[in-house]
Amino acid sequence: MSTHTITTQKVNFKVFRFNADEDYLPYYEDYNMEVTSEEVVLDILNRIKWDHDGSFSYRRSCRHGICGACAIKVNGRSTLACKESMNDMVDIFGSDLVIEPLSIKRAVKDMIIDKGDFWDKHDAIHPYLISDVEEHPEHEHLVTPEEAEELNEADLCIQCGACHYACPVVEINDDFFGPAAFAKAYRFEADVRDDAHVERLNELHEEKQGLWDCVKCMECAEVCPKDVDPIEKITKLHNMLFKEGVATSNVATRHAVGFKHSIARNGVLDEGGLVLYSEGPGIVKHIPVALKMFTKGKIVPPWGITKSDNLDEIKKLVKSSSTAKF
Amino acid sequence: MEKLKYALFTGCTAKQSTPEQMMSTMAVADKLGIELVELTEASCCGASHLQDYDDFLSLVLNARNIAYAEKHSLTMVTICNTCQLNTAMTKHRLDNNADLKAKVNEKLAEVGLEYKGTSQVTHFLYAIIDDFGLDKIKEMVVTPLSQFNIAPFYGCHNIRPSELQNETHKSAENAYRPTSLDDLIIACGGANVDYEEKTKCCGFHAELQAPHTASTLTGKAIAGAMDGNADWMVTPCPLCHLKLDTQTAHASEAIGREVSLPVLHMQQMLGLALGCPQESLGLKHHLTKVDFV
Repeated sequence: MSTHTITTQKVNFKVFRFNADEDYLPYYEDYNMEVTSEEVVLDILNRIKWDHDGSFSYRRSCRHGICGACAIKVNGRSTLACKESMNDMVDIFGSDLVIEPLSIKRAVKDMIIDKGDFWDKHDAIHPYLISDVEEHPEHEHLVTPEEAEELNEADLCIQCGACHYACPVVEINDDFFGPAAFAKAYRFEADVRDDAHVERLNELHEEKQGLWDCVKCMECAEVCPKDVDPIEKITKLHNMLFKEGVATSNVATRHAVGFKHSIARNGVLDEGGLVLYSEGPGIVKHIPVALKMFTKGKIVPPWGITKSDNLDEIKKLVKSSSTAKF
Repeated sequence: MEKLKYALFTGCTAKQSTPEQMMSTMAVADKLGIELVELTEASCCGASHLQDYDDFLSLVLNARNIAYAEKHSLTMVTICNTCQLNTAMTKHRLDNNADLKAKVNEKLAEVGLEYKGTSQVTHFLYAIIDDFGLDKIKEMVVTPLSQFNIAPFYGCHNIRPSELQNETHKSAENAYRPTSLDDLIIACGGANVDYEEKTKCCGFHAELQAPHTASTLTGKAIAGAMDGNADWMVTPCPLCHLKLDTQTAHASEAIGREVSLPVLHMQQMLGLALGCPQESLGLKHHLTKVDFV
């Protein structure tokens, strides 16, 4: 029989406090506690409320990583409080931990935030099956295991908001749908019973709010407590845009397609040519920086590019392995 | 110690917009006695953009690149974070999905190649740390960078997703508290600056599509390093370098504050500490002047 030892350690918590009804500015309160290796972050929130200050506020419900209510940030990292072991947090960050809500600018009371923007975006992508269902169908709508597999992990999202409030684009651009909404959109886009593929995609790729504004930082993949891997779903939605013929010619789509042309021609990129192809006449705005780069030897003209060796292989593969058209 | 030898996947940037990175990579490798066999047959990795258009084609092309490293029976070393992510991601997907691997190999067979999965893929930063060793680096430092506060800028595609990245690292790197670049700075004798943005995104991949977002991220990164009292920044990624070095005007405009710091490639920093001749490090290719050497 294996033995299991429970260890304890001292941890200093710096806890974000704010009451929008009373406080002009937020402040941080310090709590020093003995933490056991068995505890999760939610246990600490409970102990702060139960043992120190009954007015401390946070959302919680299931305590089993299902309801998605208790997501907060520990040292800037989005985390589902009921799933995150205190031991792991101390391993990563040491014994000084900062406890904050998912979004400080959206704080209402302590850990509780106004998640309205998250839900607005969630609603905006039509997170439901759109289908003309016969009132008296002759048989059930069969979905093969292979088709169900296409949903991948997208169905596992618990709308905790961890990825949404870890996304640097959401932080800067209020219109951006954000990773959670995209993953949810993918869940329905990939569902064979849905009849609104094109309509939904049309909204998903619009400038500013849409897919092309993703910076590919992989924060959403890193932070998701349910392994939904939103960035992978974003890539799949990008692929769908081309597959369904929804993609229109703009700087973003030309940029993606331009890589293929450049590779087919040189194996490697023609960086200048790619920017020109992507931007079209919009290239003029890059000229001041481009001139400076040229004087510093940072721009190679098309005729100066060292093409890949065995370029014929690459040309052949681009021809035979292409699966998308634009 | 047996001489270290790798297959070098330079990526496109090192051959075009960051020539200083190519120069300093070779200078440092030479100094450390590391042999780099350049994969001159390699194509572009797709930089996450080809993946948006044609995922399968990008898998085939990346598998072809790895196949050339396999032909040499060498670990592939990358010097660009995005090359690293796309190549490692391809390897991960093919090694874990026999059907997909077979489909890709069907295409590669047309040109007489096969992806086997026998070569590892790692970034030069981790090759230095895992295989060469920082203790040895410390011994070889002739010009300690002791008078400098140096801000590490990790770059997303070397640290996230950590599950994938850590498949090849000897000691796991935490995406929220990475240590590799900090450790390299310390090994070079410098003082590492801790600041919030060091693990954040530079905005490079949305520069054309979402210029305001991209410039804001660049601005915040430089501002974070400046507020951390950094003398300069260092990065293992040439794409981050392009943003931080060449886009300071847009970045300043986006965040409403003048931001600018010299930014070195990790190879340049290492080269300075190891006493590589200055001209071999290409410092004159920067837009933001490296004024401290």
